[in-house]
Amino acid sequence: MLIAKVVGSVVATQKDEKLENLKLLVLQVQSHENKPKDQYVVAVDSVQAGVGDTVLYATGSSARQTTLTDGRPCDAVVMAVVDSWDIDGANVYEAWA
Amino acid sequence: MYLARVIGRLVATVRYEGLDGVAFQLIQPLDEHGEDTGDTQVAAVQTSEISAGPGDFVTCVDGREAALVLPETYVPVDVAIIGVVEEATRLGTNIQPATYGAGA
Repeated sequence: MLIAKVVGSVVATQKDEKLENLKLLVLQVQSHENKPKDQYVVAVDSVQAGVGDTVLYATGSSARQTTLTDGRPCDAVVMAVVDSWDIDGANVYEAWA
Repeated sequence: MYLARVIGRLVATVRYEGLDGVAFQLIQPLDEHGEDTGDTQVAAVQTSEISAGPGDFVTCVDGREAALVLPETYVPVDVAIIGVVEEATRLGTNIQPATYGAGA
């Protein structure tokens, strides 16, 4: 998985019917030092993540391995909201800080 | 599969159901010489089975197969740690992570 920050959402009323009632989030990919990378992803939300949350997302066929995205044209899914992470014991990110 | 070194741990209490008991660890993939290569990733690991932690030399699997190493296999996981490496050799020479410790 990769770490990303939710920076927006996508509303598309006209879309493939298999994508109905799936929430689409715009993610800014973050480095392990929590610095924004020059890369974004549109991903389906499966954990009620919102703008401003730091999340984990899975890509490829793994993204279809949820009840929400099973058999749907989706290759990126937000599957966790990050509380914190450390690199060799040194805190890098804390959601509450 | 590929070799990597574990550089940190990540906590995410809100997660897709079916991922209970699964830990997340930050890994740095390694090339065949044990040098860092490519970007860091976050891997799932069932720590009740595989006691990997920061500083460990591990083997990882990516793609949808990553979920097959977890208690619940129909989960959105695309990188997982499948083992802690004791010894890895290439053409008779030992492979060790060039950079020990974490984000050095």
